[in-house]
Amino acid sequence: MSAPILWIAIPFLAGVLILFLLNEKYSAWAGGTLSAILALIALIFPIDTALLLGSISLKISPSVQFFGRSFEFSIADGPLLAIIYGVGALWFFGTQASGTANRFVSLGLMIISLLTASIAVEPFLFAALLLEIAAMLVIPLLVPIYQKPGRGVVRFLIYQTIAMPFILFSGWMLAGVEASPGDLGTTTQAGTMLGLGFAFLLAVFPLYNWIPMLMEEATPYATGFLLWALPTFTVIFALGFLDRYAWLRTTPQLASAIQFAGVFMVASGGIFASLQRHIGRMLGYATIAETGLLILIMGLRSSEIVNLTFLILIPRGLALAVWALALSIIKRKAYTLRFSEVQGLARSYPITTAALILAHLSMTGFPLLAGFPARLAIWQELAAQSLSTTVWAFVGMLGLLIAAIRTLAVFVMVEEEKKWALNESWVQMAMLGLGVIGLFILGMFPQILQPFLADLPSLFNRIGQ
Amino acid sequence: MLATIISWVAVALILATSTTILINRDWRVSLGALTVQYISVFWLVSRHLPFVMGSVKLIAGWMVVAALGMTRLGLTNLDNEEEDTFWPRGQWFRLILIFIVALVAAGATPRIEAAIPGLGFPVIAGGLLLIGAGVIHLGVTSDLLRVILGLLTMLAGFEVIYAAVESSILVTGFLAVTNLGLGIIGSYLLVAGSTPLEVEEEL
Repeated sequence: MSAPILWIAIPFLAGVLILFLLNEKYSAWAGGTLSAILALIALIFPIDTALLLGSISLKISPSVQFFGRSFEFSIADGPLLAIIYGVGALWFFGTQASGTANRFVSLGLMIISLLTASIAVEPFLFAALLLEIAAMLVIPLLVPIYQKPGRGVVRFLIYQTIAMPFILFSGWMLAGVEASPGDLGTTTQAGTMLGLGFAFLLAVFPLYNWIPMLMEEATPYATGFLLWALPTFTVIFALGFLDRYAWLRTTPQLASAIQFAGVFMVASGGIFASLQRHIGRMLGYATIAETGLLILIMGLRSSEIVNLTFLILIPRGLALAVWALALSIIKRKAYTLRFSEVQGLARSYPITTAALILAHLSMTGFPLLAGFPARLAIWQELAAQSLSTTVWAFVGMLGLLIAAIRTLAVFVMVEEEKKWALNESWVQMAMLGLGVIGLFILGMFPQILQPFLADLPSLFNRIGQ
Repeated sequence: MLATIISWVAVALILATSTTILINRDWRVSLGALTVQYISVFWLVSRHLPFVMGSVKLIAGWMVVAALGMTRLGLTNLDNEEEDTFWPRGQWFRLILIFIVALVAAGATPRIEAAIPGLGFPVIAGGLLLIGAGVIHLGVTSDLLRVILGLLTMLAGFEVIYAAVESSILVTGFLAVTNLGLGIIGSYLLVAGSTPLEVEEEL
């Protein structure tokens, strides 16, 4: 068995089979279980290393040839695949609780397999094409067949499609820069193309307007999945560029530009979140702020870029899953997710509202929650490099905290006579409860991530130097 | 010599078809123009790629046109689709925009040829015209079918130029999948909202 077949072809085919053969009732369990098994295999069986089980020798070969190009994983990809499929399993198990149709699991599996292929494809810049195809597969998740598509989804499609040519062209130009590093004109052109491509892909200011729009018009669970999956793989793709091309890491102007874009996203995301009256849009702005943090990390002049990135990516997956699940449960009760509609929900949906607030607080970097250790590490690195950037990033986080407090105030704003009631189903309570426990565990014992994080820097050897 | 003349004819066709797509409001005419446009794209792509790989783009493009056309044909409630009236969107305005794109393409073509020798003037001019027309189309419309047409036009322009620098079969395949995907997604989005919720429940 080869690794690309195991982690790309099998989940893709499983997604297709689930779409056509399984009904909604079983698809969540089938998709979640497959994803969890793939995560466990990635964790237990090292790639390209023979394992003896009794008299049987098992070896997962690293690569496969496809139309003259190779898809390959290294031994260091194991923890990354475990994280991807582990977090994917969380999302798939949550679909039953969120009430999303079986299309979520099938399309989700296909999307994750395509995004995983984007990590494996060689030359790595072809990943832009796979990201575009994955982005197109997201659209049926966002727009049910009975719902008229809104502007958010159209803008999302436009921006993702525009990003691809920029990345592919810049990849080709970067090869020229490598050949003649002294050519300032080509270097500038390649850098500009690359910057524009990633600005569209990562929804850098002002290209993030589709995110809050989408949070209003699409189902929160599907949008949350999109906001977890695409930026995560895009960031890994961007790290690949930083690792491959030394001048991207060493040009101070470029690092400053990346830092500026990142801090602008953190600050604007946080400030806009604090001004919202729609709890779905708040999630949108929170993800914008967090993507800003990821971009900010990439602009740091530090050897800890890879560690910091993955330290933020893992809790992000969990917090977003809990937040999106809570939102989708609330959306069944209050259709628009505006403050006026969700007022006083804490007494009728106590577990959902508590999980939502805790996930929100985790993304603000609140102590004892999953987001805190990552933010503490980022503050430490950031404060040593630029005080003004630190202050603006702090402003962004403060904005998110204000948004969380406002949401909490709205949830508990109710007449004293109203009785407490548990309106969530047991599946919803179990999923939210497990998610919240996970948030606390990752916040209080971040060292449990160490087995995953220890080998990841070797994926991007040169960034750490 | 003959090939160069045909290439310039292809560029002229690209200018004519992209102008038609931009100006004409009848979706049948727009899709017809897109069909012709893909023939020009095929010719320009074939300057640098083998005939078979070029024909992949032609077939994929025509399949997209067929998918969009058949979908649009089945929809009757989109004839009075309301448009944003905030931005100027008259025919003269669009003509001026395409004229600007043509000027920019004419100005940039020699410079790009100087920077990347061997691409060929018609290939660069055709690619730039398509990219420019696609981008301005995206800028002046919020109609779903037209957005998809704009994206397809822009992608076609990119493919014309990228074919000259990358001849991988995998990339050609992925780009064909991307084009087909855009067509299918476009069809899906056009149909979405026109199907009542009850129908899905029955299924």
